[in-house]
Amino acid sequence: MGEVIVVTSGKGGVGKTTTTANLGAGLALMGRRVALVDADIGLRNLDVVLGLENRIVYDITDVTGGHCRLRQALIKDKRFEGLFLLPAAQTKDKTAVSPEQMKALCAELKEEFDFVIIDCPAGIEQGFKNAIAGAEKAIVVTTPEVAAVRDADRVIGLLEAAELRDPKLIINRIRPRMVRAGDMMSIEDIVDILAVDLLGVIPEDEMVVISTNRGEPIVQDEHSRSGQAYRNIARRILGEQVPLMNLDEGGFLARLWRRMIRG
Amino acid sequence: MLDFINRVLGRESGGSKEIAKERLRLVLVHDRASVSPQLLQALKTDLIQVISKYMDIDEKAMEVTLDSNERQVALVASIPVKSMKRATRTPAVSI
Ligand SMILES: Nc1ncnc2c1ncn2[C@@H]1O[C@H](COP(=O)(O)OP(=O)(O)O)[C@@H](O)[C@H]1O
Ligand SMILES: [Mg+2]
Repeated sequence: MGEVIVVTSGKGGVGKTTTTANLGAGLALMGRRVALVDADIGLRNLDVVLGLENRIVYDITDVTGGHCRLRQALIKDKRFEGLFLLPAAQTKDKTAVSPEQMKALCAELKEEFDFVIIDCPAGIEQGFKNAIAGAEKAIVVTTPEVAAVRDADRVIGLLEAAELRDPKLIINRIRPRMVRAGDMMSIEDIVDILAVDLLGVIPEDEMVVISTNRGEPIVQDEHSRSGQAYRNIARRILGEQVPLMNLDEGGFLARLWRRMIRG
Repeated sequence: MLDFINRVLGRESGGSKEIAKERLRLVLVHDRASVSPQLLQALKTDLIQVISKYMDIDEKAMEVTLDSNERQVALVASIPVKSMKRATRTPAVSI
């Protein structure tokens, strides 16, 4: 029996989809069977981030509407053994799926997968309610900005009201140099304010943009810092104690070196 | 040194994170306070209990609100007193 985890944030553009894709791929690399569900109906994204956009035949509304079986709609990622995607519908709106249908879908998926990870849409309305309906655990993604942390706080309150207790926090796009200069809130500042457990921290990394352009999750890039950060988080989800990585990006030469060995 | 370089390059000399934290703190006081009328009701009930030890108050006319401006949020309570209790009944006084 698997675990159903929703990745949410309130604010858009903070890294929910990137996180869902990379944790899914990361857990699959570690030998787990993972189903990713794109719950952002009307704004399908996860397929593109994963590079699976050309393989979609059916989507989530085809399953809930009874037009196909769940198995038929699941796209198998050939690069990652055990990774599957259930795509969102692009031409429907958020009311095309109900919370009850979502619950039933998650219950069916977790029979077969170790992890079911749901990519939540931005906002706190129907799409959010659908996305969390079948979840047992929640990951809240934020960035070190006032608006993002504020929305994260709101979402944490809503998750708790929906009995999704103890959500775990991921802080994305942190820039160590700005933190050191006193121009960006630090990990401690944010954890202090939100008062939830920290699951991990991902540095700002242009490799994320490059890998997303290619449709290849950064988690498989041995040399990138964000890839390392995602692998660490995947291991923590599996119950390992992994210390936070040292975020100091080093000097110019160290960065140059990393670029070179990356090729 | 870094400060100096930053200044030479015309960059802001850091510290905007403190501004961010303060703004976030204020905005969250508002957000968290506005989320639950239940909390205000619970506070009202507790207040009545405590104040009744000292004076008779008009519970029906009592008003408890959170008043906010840009700078701060204040708890404002308007509690009409019907009558004071005798000083000898004040719990803190021992003869
Ligand atoms: N750690 C990071 N470093 C650099 N860019 C990032 C990072 N995380 C996310 N991004 C970029 O930010 C944008 C928004 O990310 P996305 O995962 O789509 O957010 P959301 O799903 O919350 O709207 C994307 O273009 C993505 O490539
Ligand atoms: Mg998204």
